[in-house]
Amino acid sequence: MGLFRWSQSRSLWMMHFCTGCGAVEMPPTMTSRYDMERFGIIPMATPRQADILLITGYLTVKTLKRVVRSYEQMADPKYVIGFGSCTINGGMYWDSYNTVKQLDLYIPVDLYIAGCMPRPDSIIDAFVKLREMIAKGEANGWKRYRENLEWYRTNQAKVFNVEKWSAIEP
Amino acid sequence: MVILEFFLVLIGITALGLLYGGIARKWSARIQRRYGPPFYQNFLDVFKLLGKKNTKSHGVMFALGPVIAFTGIILSLFFLPLGNSRPLLSFEGDIFVLFYLLVIAPLGMALGAGEAANPNATIGIARGLTLMLGYELIFFLSAIAVMVKFNTASLWKIVEIQGTFPKWNLFPFFLSAFAGLIALQGMMGEKPFDLIVAPHEIASGPMVEYNGKYLGLLQLYHAIAIVVETGLFVNVFLGGGSILTFILKTFFVFMLAVTIDNIMPRFRIGQAVKFYWKYPLIISLLGILVVFIWR
Repeated sequence: MGLFRWSQSRSLWMMHFCTGCGAVEMPPTMTSRYDMERFGIIPMATPRQADILLITGYLTVKTLKRVVRSYEQMADPKYVIGFGSCTINGGMYWDSYNTVKQLDLYIPVDLYIAGCMPRPDSIIDAFVKLREMIAKGEANGWKRYRENLEWYRTNQAKVFNVEKWSAIEP
Repeated sequence: MVILEFFLVLIGITALGLLYGGIARKWSARIQRRYGPPFYQNFLDVFKLLGKKNTKSHGVMFALGPVIAFTGIILSLFFLPLGNSRPLLSFEGDIFVLFYLLVIAPLGMALGAGEAANPNATIGIARGLTLMLGYELIFFLSAIAVMVKFNTASLWKIVEIQGTFPKWNLFPFFLSAFAGLIALQGMMGEKPFDLIVAPHEIASGPMVEYNGKYLGLLQLYHAIAIVVETGLFVNVFLGGGSILTFILKTFFVFMLAVTIDNIMPRFRIGQAVKFYWKYPLIISLLGILVVFIWR
């Protein structure tokens, strides 16, 4: 079990769900200047193969549906990083009628990166922090999601303005 | 005893393939002026994938696909001489069997990924099976030149006859070897021909729906496939020698492919097959012609 957890903390495949303006900070983080592959973190094309879901920036209600769906397609253990102020409290879209203010109500966030925009340094810092959290067994958002599924489903249904909502089964 | 030996070879080859993959990632990182992951990164990836909690299956064939691919590549290990050590099975014509066994893996992947019914997977499969028409033909034609000259179709005999360094087949058959190298690039799915698993284009193609343990199995398959495919080229063109020299040679051939991978853009599928059926085909046919004249 120790081997698996150690390798999990050292090999993280990331799906960057690029919404909003946060996406612009990802290319320098991935490429030569800041090179996140040295931490074993590489971008993955599909949620099925990914371990980290990185939400870069604000989410509209419409996008949140896709995010929840992508999140539920990922295999456990899975981690969510909220990127930028928008995922924490709405950021500069705090009074917008159409964006989600607090991401943690709808999917369990393991780690936030504050800032508007966070620099690649702080993104790398967050990855290192997440690595430590996984090694200690603290990053258990995926367990929280399983245990409190009803609560998350209620919140999701409320924001989507439907009676009952489930991501996988239509 | 033989079974135990084979298991040792299997584990060794798998570890070797994973190590090659890790060093290749480091090497491409250095080419791109990055620091790159540690050389044991691919081991960590496989451990992580095998330790994933829940894995989604889309049906029986979906689950069997990676198993078929893995089985096919293990079977091909039976026929692969590792340097001067005789393979488990060798008979007249085993090179045909080896070629046939290398096709099992893509077919298994096609059957498995087909059940996922993801359009990206379907496109990937179609590209993979079409590209096979290109590289199989070229690789086979370049091997035929050697077979005609030595009058044998056994991989082990080819290794035995050609001997060590100055008598490598690479020198008399350089045209065929060159065509074979181009075919190998496609066989391994390295860059001008990486259109099967084009991650930015069709989201890693046939593997798009695979996750967790299935993906781990596919990674292991890929690791063995690296050694088997480069090993095939090494055995036909780069002579025999001890196991250590075999490892060095496969490493060199693989690193050459990775270097080319790093400086090339990607073909479209039409361009790739057209390319294969034009220049490498002419080169490999010339290689056969040279053999007949030289005889």
